[in-house]
Order: sequence, then C-alpha cells, then structure tokens
Amino acid sequence: MSESRKITVTVNGTRYEETVPVRVTLADFIRHQLGLTGTHLGCEHGVCGACTILLDGFSARSCLMLAVQADGHEILTVEGIAPNADTLHPLQEAFRDNHGLQCGFCTPGFLTTLIEFLRDNPDPTEEEVRVGISGNLCRCTGYQNIVIAALDAAKRLRGEGKLEPRT
Amino acid sequence: MKPPPFSYHDPRTIADTVGLLGSLENAKLLAGGQSLMPMLNMRYVLPDNIIDINRVEALSYIREQNGALEIGAMTRQRDIEFSDVVRERCPIMHEAICQVGHRQTRNRGTLGGSLCHLDPSAELVSLAAALDAKVSVAGRNGSRSIDFSTFPVAYMTPAIELDELVTGATFPCWPRGHGYAFVEFARRHGDFAIVSAAVLIEEDSNGKVTRASVTLGGMGPAPVRASEVERALIGEIIEEKRLREICETLRKLDAIEDIHAPTSYRQQLATVLPRRALIKAHERIARGTRS
Repeated sequence: MSESRKITVTVNGTRYEETVPVRVTLADFIRHQLGLTGTHLGCEHGVCGACTILLDGFSARSCLMLAVQADGHEILTVEGIAPNADTLHPLQEAFRDNHGLQCGFCTPGFLTTLIEFLRDNPDPTEEEVRVGISGNLCRCTGYQNIVIAALDAAKRLRGEGKLEPRT
Repeated sequence: MKPPPFSYHDPRTIADTVGLLGSLENAKLLAGGQSLMPMLNMRYVLPDNIIDINRVEALSYIREQNGALEIGAMTRQRDIEFSDVVRERCPIMHEAICQVGHRQTRNRGTLGGSLCHLDPSAELVSLAAALDAKVSVAGRNGSRSIDFSTFPVAYMTPAIELDELVTGATFPCWPRGHGYAFVEFARRHGDFAIVSAAVLIEEDSNGKVTRASVTLGGMGPAPVRASEVERALIGEIIEEKRLREICETLRKLDAIEDIHAPTSYRQQLATVLPRRALIKAHERIARGTRS
C-alpha cells in the first residue's frame, strides 16, 4: 500500500478535504480526484506549461508539485477564471475574439499564466507578453494571436475598451 | 501516478531536517521541485524517502549583512527577482534571475535547489562562481561554510555529504557604481544557456579596469572563472578591438559537446559572450547607472 495523507485544499473557492497518496502530483489530483479536467497535462515534466495553475495567486506547473504540498493552500484552475457559467472573463473573451486558440489544448495554461502576468504587469509591451508566455507551448497558433489576445485582454482589463482588429 | 512510491516527510525546522537526513535511507530533499519532480515523474530517481523542506520557514530570507547578500536556500527565485535589495546591491543577480526558466518555474524554484542540482548551465550556479559566494551547510556536527570555487566536485555533484543540508549562500556585493552584465545564448527564452557569461568590473577615474570577474557557464561540468582574462583586463580601457584579442584566448577552454552544440560552437561563444558582457558592463559604468 502506498502512503497516503489527508489534505485540505481550496480549489476555485470550494474547500476539499481529501485523502491522497503522497506520490500523486497536484495535476493528477486535480484531474482524477477532483474531476477538474480543465487543467491539461502535456509533457508532465515541466516543459509545456499546459498544467499551469495558480497557487495562492502565483502560477506554478501542477505536474511539478505533489498534491500533499498543496495542503492548506488555495488553487485557481481554468474552471475558476470566469465569474459565472454564463460570462467569460475578459481574458477569455479576448482569446475568443482574437482567435487566440485553435485546438485549445494549451489554452488553460496560457489563461492561468496570463491571469498572473496581467495582474503583475497590466500594461505590457508585446515583447513582455512574449517573454511572459515563454513557458507555455502552443503547436497550433504560432503564438501571434495569443500575443494579440493578451494585449487586447490587458486593454480590456484596464477598462480602455477593446483592441482594434488588425486588417 | 508517475513518481515511484516513497515515504513523505515534511519537517518544519532545520534541526528536524538534519535529523531526518541522518536517519533515513536513500532520502532526497525536495526544494522547489523544478528539477527533482521531472526526475521523479520520469523515474530517473527512485528515492525511498522524500524530505520536503518547503515548510521550513527559517530557510527563506534575503538580507544584507556586512556588505554581502545572505539568501536562504528555500528563497524562491521569484522573491530574488522582485527584491529591492537585490536590485540595489547586486544588480547582476537580478539580470541573471530574469533569465532563469519562466515565471511559473521561478515562482517555485529556489536558490538552494539550483545550487545543489548544479546544472552546468544554470544561471545561479554561474553567478555564485562569479561573485565568490560561500555556501552554508548544516549537518549533524553543526554548520560549515564552503567556498563556491570548491563546491562543485563533479558533474552535478556538490561538495556536501548525504546527511547535510544547504541552508543558504552569501554573495559579496561589489561597490556601488561597478559594471556588470549577465549575457547568455539559448535557443529560446528560459532555456538553459548553451553558454553564459557573467561579468563584473570596476574602473578607475581614467576608465581603466581595476578589478574584473569573468565567468563562463555551460562549458564544462562546472562554471569556469576566466582568470587569465581577468588578469589581462587589469589596466585596460574597455574597447572592442582590444577585447577581441583578450577574449580570443578563451577559445582554448575545454567545452562539452551535446545535443545542443558541438565543442567548437561553445568555444566560439566563449570568445563572443564575455566580450559583449564586458562592453555592456563598461557602458553601464559610463552611463553612471547606479549599480
């Protein structure tokens, strides 16, 4: 029998008390035990960024943490970004409007990463956005529309309207 | 479930950690997890015991003392990146840390984890060599301090015993007004450097170099201090043509060959990156950028 521990975590505002084997990664715990499959697993060794979550407000790769390490902490996953089931977060709207995703596999990681990035840097340059998302891999978009979506989201979050579509 | 089975321990104090290290078989310390967790996920390491030191609060601090920065082993790279005292007293550390991985990894990754993992290309490892850092270690017989020049004993192998714990490192600060630059060549932002150059210089009022530290990372198993170049720079005025001559001698350094680059490519970078870094450092002095 593998060793287990009881942990308490708050995920997207909901408090969970769970017993988890100590060797389970936080990513697998979120997906398999909590059933929150919005957090995606690409490489499972800290390269692709798809599994990015916010731990106490700071982005982290959930495949590089053990679930037991999250005991007592607060987690935000992609499911917790939108204010409610009918309304998208401005960042999500910007991704939709600017075609910032194609297959969507990497998107949860980009969104969580950008939530933190735009909080730290509400008015970034294009170069800063590119560095900010350098820890996330996307194999569809070529990043251009993700960068545009991030800049558009920054504008929306600053309350300055939307970015004019490029022609 | 990818990591192999292990017993998990999460001590709260340095003493408890040292106690566990001394009593448990085949134990691994888990710091920020940005290197150990991938190795566990891929089962490159099979420890019987994981000692998670993320809850040992005494290992996390940044303080200025006696003209040096003392940084705890579990201080997150993010905290170094956003530290005012680091930016003020050791600006090269700020420049280097911004090139360590990505925001997501710096939020978790730690100083001690990087120093102990001892990747030959790691920025913090090169920086420790460049600044003549001292590594503080705690063990059953008390604590000791190791000069960073003797810290790497082999490829990814630090000079610490199995039952010892790195508690922090001390980085002597250079006087205000010094020149500095951390320049690296990597294929993508956030990758480990293929080769990196960490440079610090002081100049007199005539612009002549009075003190220099030049370190190359990524060449061999541990960072290399280019002591010949450091000596050759003394009395020189930083200027491109002369630097080309001085830095050309670095081409004869040994360099590893791997999937990222052949030896000759690294040797070429070894002549280019220090030159660029020295020019940048000199320009910073010339601009009067407060260091």
